[in-house]
Amino acid sequence: MYLRNALRAATAMTFVATAAAHAQSITIATVNNGDMIRMQGYTDKFTEATGIDVEWVTLEENVLRQRVTTDITTKGGQFDIMTIGMYETPIWGANGWLVPLDGLSAEYDVDDILPAMRNGLSNDGTLYAAPFYGESSMVMYRTDLMEKAGLEMPDAPTWQFIREAAAAMTDRENDINGICLRGKAGWGEGGAFITVTGNSFGARWFDEDWKPQFDQPEWNEALTFFVDMMNESGPAGYATNGFNENLSLFQQGKCGMWIDATVAASFVTNPDDSTVADKVGFALAPNSEGVDKRSNWLWAWALAIPAGTEQADAAKQFIEWATSKDYIELVAESEGWANVPPGARTSLYENPNYQEVPFAKMTLESILSADPNNPTVKPVPYVGIQFAAIPEFAGIATQVSQEFSAVYAGQQTVEEALEKAQAFTTEEMEAAGY
Amino acid sequence: MARTVTTRRKSLNTVLAWAVGLLIFFPILWTILTSFKTEAQAIASPPLFLNFDWTLENYAIVQERSDYMRFLWNSVIIAGGSTVLGVIIAVPAAWAMAFVPSKRTKDILLWMLSTKMLPAVGVLYPIYLLFIRLGLLDTRGGLVVVLMLINLPIIVWMLYTYFREIPGEILEAARMDGATLKEEILYVLTPMAIPGIASTVLLNFILAWNEAFWTLNLTAVDAAPLTAFIASYSSPEGLFFAKLSAASTMAIAPILILGWFSQKQLVRGLTFGAVK
Repeated sequence: MYLRNALRAATAMTFVATAAAHAQSITIATVNNGDMIRMQGYTDKFTEATGIDVEWVTLEENVLRQRVTTDITTKGGQFDIMTIGMYETPIWGANGWLVPLDGLSAEYDVDDILPAMRNGLSNDGTLYAAPFYGESSMVMYRTDLMEKAGLEMPDAPTWQFIREAAAAMTDRENDINGICLRGKAGWGEGGAFITVTGNSFGARWFDEDWKPQFDQPEWNEALTFFVDMMNESGPAGYATNGFNENLSLFQQGKCGMWIDATVAASFVTNPDDSTVADKVGFALAPNSEGVDKRSNWLWAWALAIPAGTEQADAAKQFIEWATSKDYIELVAESEGWANVPPGARTSLYENPNYQEVPFAKMTLESILSADPNNPTVKPVPYVGIQFAAIPEFAGIATQVSQEFSAVYAGQQTVEEALEKAQAFTTEEMEAAGY
Repeated sequence: MARTVTTRRKSLNTVLAWAVGLLIFFPILWTILTSFKTEAQAIASPPLFLNFDWTLENYAIVQERSDYMRFLWNSVIIAGGSTVLGVIIAVPAAWAMAFVPSKRTKDILLWMLSTKMLPAVGVLYPIYLLFIRLGLLDTRGGLVVVLMLINLPIIVWMLYTYFREIPGEILEAARMDGATLKEEILYVLTPMAIPGIASTVLLNFILAWNEAFWTLNLTAVDAAPLTAFIASYSSPEGLFFAKLSAASTMAIAPILILGWFSQKQLVRGLTFGAVK
């Protein structure tokens, strides 16, 4: 009798222990940026409401990319949600590696997601990732230096104006560079910037038959313009400057203008970190005179569910919560409207409170004017503005951007770099069967 | 006169050694200093050396955001486990190579070392698939085995070099006194090679502690060590150098303290045999 009771007790305890061990928990791989870290702080509210625990794996962007790619291609099942970008989403969706985000609740209001974001995160009309925040690029400039130079920044400047203004604002004696731009090698760093600059000069990566176009005059014009302008008015050693280096220079008052991600607006206007917080103006990214395309890109960090997960329902619940209108309200309530994740929802830009944020209008206009299906003047066979959404692009663009960075560093000429870029890209595309 | 020259040369050598030492240590010192700055001070130009308002804010933020002790414990288990397992396997291997070499011993040693030349990423997928099949992903046990295998060539090489300095006659004498193979290795060889084994253990512990490819790629939550802790503070879009420095200081502090206290042993082991 005693033994039987003991066995019963043991069985009951085992059940309790098993149930506790199986309390639902999801693992999310994400990047280390302000909005994502902020979201981690609010996770308790999600757990309180749903009973689902959340574990975070936060990694640097490139490490994260490698880590989640390995896991998803091998169906490792380490993550229930992955933070991925606009480049990966359509490719992975087409490969069947992501769970389609259909059947989202009516309150979620999927139609409220900005159309440009929704298109960029879909494949064949199916949404595969929900944007947590989105960004484009725009001009950030010092209003005081612009005034001192006797110029006025138009809302939609041309590259020719930017060059003229940069030269006028440059003051080498006081360590002020008229313009700071990315030159660092890497497809997501300088590669992204020179690609959108190319777009605004009418250049394109490939023609309709996937033939590389670096031998066309538009690329030569764009690259020559960029190099000449940076040599005239850019900081020394710009060939190794990326987002963070330029952010640092701008915050210390060493740049007259900086053209980069719209998300930087909240950093440069934050008086805790920026010495020029109250002297920053915004304008649309420039285009070359006579070219009907601006040099602004489109990007989103989005939450997606890998096909290998066993917790798709819980993961979907989390995504609905984290990318909802309610989440935006939650952040606004505790930390103010300037700190809500931008660029994902139409309703945010219709909100009068958000419209008072100084960079809100220009961010929205930049996002709305970006068209991933028609990134440049001539037709292209790819989707994407600062990238072409094909698996081969990351490798090719990294190599090409290294050649361009060598031009910025004065190690080779524009012509030499373009010739090498054309040869390398042709070889790689042929090898890939294009 | 000769004495003066010697003293002068000694002083010069000391100054030179300190200069080189400081140069090598400077990045670590800078990381530690940056960890006490605000984010704005961290990127100030010209850089601020000591004249800034020292703050512990970054440490507080890091402590609040991450479970440091969990990462630390994982690092201790993974680095310690792989080192101990490596030494257990390498001692008999190095004994065989040092005292009963075959014609192929040199080739085997070189082959072992050549495995270190293979880029790790080249075998990422096979190892990852193997880990999925064996259920070892995100486990400390799996990482202990992988890091042990990675460092095994170095452990064997180091122990082989130390064992070669020990006269074979001593082992022979032990055998003649009736010692078994196990007793010979455990009670005769090992005590004589303690300095060498100690420095091997220390060096491999440091290597395993700092390993940042496999530890990032094969872990997620449960087995993530301090390398993953640091990686979570690195950001290409946003200036978080002060917080990153605080996280880095917290990650290197234990190994820095260990290295400081065992530096005599480490130097002695590394230069063992070099003066002969």
